[in-house]
Amino acid sequence: MAATQDLSIFVRHGEGGVAGMELAVDGIHCAGCMHKIERGLARQSGVLSARVNLALKRVTVEWTEGALRPEAVIAGLQSLGFKAYPFLPAEARDADAQEDKRLLRCLGVAGFASMNIMLLSVSVWSGNGGEISPVTRDFFHWLSALIALPTAAYAGRPFFESAIRALRAGGVNMDVPITLGIVLTLGMSVVETWNHAENAYFDGVAMLLFFLLIGRYLDQLMRRRTRDLAGNLAALKAETATRLGTDGATVVVPIAAIAPGDLVLVRPGERVSVDGIVEGGSSEIDQSLVTGETAPVAISAKGRVHAGTLNLSGTLTVRVEAAGSGTLLDEIDRLMAQAVESRSRYVKLSDRAARLYAPLVHATALATFLGWVAFGLAWQQALIIAITVLIITCPCALGLAIPAVQVVAASALFKHKVMLKQGDALERLAEIDTVVFDKTGTLTLPEPSLANRKAIDPAILEAAGTLAAASRHPLARPLALAAGEPRPPEGVQEHHGLGLSAIVDGTEMRLGSVAFCGAEREAWAVSAACPTASLIAWRRGERCAVFAVDQELRPDARASMQELRALGLDIVILSGDRESAVAPLACELGIAAFKAGQRPDEKLAELDRLASAGRKVLMVGDGLNDAPALAKAYVSISPISATHLAQASADIVFLGDELAPVAASIRIARKARALMVENLWFAVLYNAVAVPIAIAGFATPLVAAIAMSGSSIIVTLNALRASRPVAAPSEQAP
Amino acid sequence: MNILILLMPLAFGLGLTGLVAFFWCMRTGQFSDMDGPGWRILEDDDVGKEGG
Repeated sequence: MAATQDLSIFVRHGEGGVAGMELAVDGIHCAGCMHKIERGLARQSGVLSARVNLALKRVTVEWTEGALRPEAVIAGLQSLGFKAYPFLPAEARDADAQEDKRLLRCLGVAGFASMNIMLLSVSVWSGNGGEISPVTRDFFHWLSALIALPTAAYAGRPFFESAIRALRAGGVNMDVPITLGIVLTLGMSVVETWNHAENAYFDGVAMLLFFLLIGRYLDQLMRRRTRDLAGNLAALKAETATRLGTDGATVVVPIAAIAPGDLVLVRPGERVSVDGIVEGGSSEIDQSLVTGETAPVAISAKGRVHAGTLNLSGTLTVRVEAAGSGTLLDEIDRLMAQAVESRSRYVKLSDRAARLYAPLVHATALATFLGWVAFGLAWQQALIIAITVLIITCPCALGLAIPAVQVVAASALFKHKVMLKQGDALERLAEIDTVVFDKTGTLTLPEPSLANRKAIDPAILEAAGTLAAASRHPLARPLALAAGEPRPPEGVQEHHGLGLSAIVDGTEMRLGSVAFCGAEREAWAVSAACPTASLIAWRRGERCAVFAVDQELRPDARASMQELRALGLDIVILSGDRESAVAPLACELGIAAFKAGQRPDEKLAELDRLASAGRKVLMVGDGLNDAPALAKAYVSISPISATHLAQASADIVFLGDELAPVAASIRIARKARALMVENLWFAVLYNAVAVPIAIAGFATPLVAAIAMSGSSIIVTLNALRASRPVAAPSEQAP
Repeated sequence: MNILILLMPLAFGLGLTGLVAFFWCMRTGQFSDMDGPGWRILEDDDVGKEGG
């Protein structure tokens, strides 16, 4: 039965009677797909324009108001062969997008200014070496001033604002010496020009702004790329709920359109997508995504359900409610608030460098000034030399050192299917010595699968699979998948709470609980082999079989554990599931340290204990019960199948079914951190060479220009090394 | 050297034109997709019309 869909919440209503919608499209590979979509959609009547963004794999469709329903657009894309998922019209994304644009505008202005001023400066430098009339030189200097002053006022704003914020808070960050340097140098250059001097440092200021803005923009770019990818994935995972109207009609709506007080229908096999109270029906629910507990829990009227739990056997009608106090969700909220507050304020490498850097630079400049005055030089000359020292030490390379490595490392991580949400997560990841894993959904695959497949005769599997394909029960789904999704037979009868039956070729075939199929003997053998599995039985005449459905370990779990141990890390399992489910798995993976039956606050307590023992912990988890621990840990990773809250609390998210991304991220993070430190040392080295030259009074604008651009280029080239593949310890040559 | 009085404003004028073009591109969102427009040029949906 096709339920009606209502996607009107996604439609953006523009002026001129134009309605529009943005969708993430699955299956765009190349330009050919782009042509197909644009042409195909344009042919639909009512559609005004369809434009594909090939880089982001999205399409923006516009149509005359009222001519089309949004569902028709999605159906149109489906008929072209693409699955499309709409986005909510972007309000939250706007603030970040505005910041991106502002930074890019500042970068553009700084670029224009530095190139044009350099045009003039090179003329002056070569003229200074030969013959240049003072009138021409002054003319060029004044032109440079004309360009440099407005540029600094416009493009320097991000730095000025940041410096003022830091000073107001009573501290110093990297932007304070930058601001000081810019302001003093501009002032000094104008005074020098007024006095018809040979050297003016306008090009130095413009170039400094240009390189520093590149560093800022790279930082922003990395975060934007992650945001865009995350936005697409969020749309692809978009959850819907079936709203029950007062007239009994059902409409499928997106979660965003559900309000408290609505009545929602949850069929067997569906995931509950709202928090609420059950009004009708009774069923069993699987709470593993919320508490980690894999044993089903019975629920009936007046019981509370959480978003993320799986409805197993019966249809439920749920009245949507915001979480009340005393509920699991409320407790998790409380723990989250605590965790975020008490999380140790990690000082980023760049801030640590700034703390040393700023006072040192200011002290050096001051000492230079006083030194030269004591030496007998006129105070104006001494001031000029001191300001030159300030501008030469200005952190071009320092501003690029870390963002450049972060951007390259983030790209390398994307290739390994890892999304970095926080830039400084890379530095923290490099420092860890312990990894804490959750079990359900993290070490095991999020969806259950057939555990004893090898022991089953393929003919039986196929026969059972046909009947399983007719059921939505979560135990039947893996069976149908394993059999290759065959077509169900005609005339399947459902026996509530027991199973399915159908007459095939004259004999009755049954699929369901062990008792329904009379398969106790076989069941006993299978449950001895797979103690933690749920059993589903099949009978056809005399032949019967029992299938074990269990959450299997991720395909490379064992290999990943070995890799992590080879990297020198300790591994611990903290699970919300019962001991009998966790122990065999820990044994199989060779992990001695594990704790079962952990509530969210117990997981936090364990993390505290490890932290106070001086360990730096990486937390890997996916459930709602892991969210506080993910927020509290030194650094955290979650798989893409995790609940929204877990993904929001984690620093890093990885895609796919394998655990290999965890070890790969740690290797890349270590390399990236090494490169960041190298870059910082290089910046120090450059200063160590340049500062004495400046103090001695030999630094002309030419020297400053060469030093700044040279150091920035070297730092950037060094950062590119982060993208070279890092071999796993097992692959490295002995 | 009086020619400079003509040349310098000319040079900056050209530079400013470039900067303004950059801002205009940003405003019309041309930097959001760097791959698509390159391929869109290769579409030959206008060939049929010419031939007919």
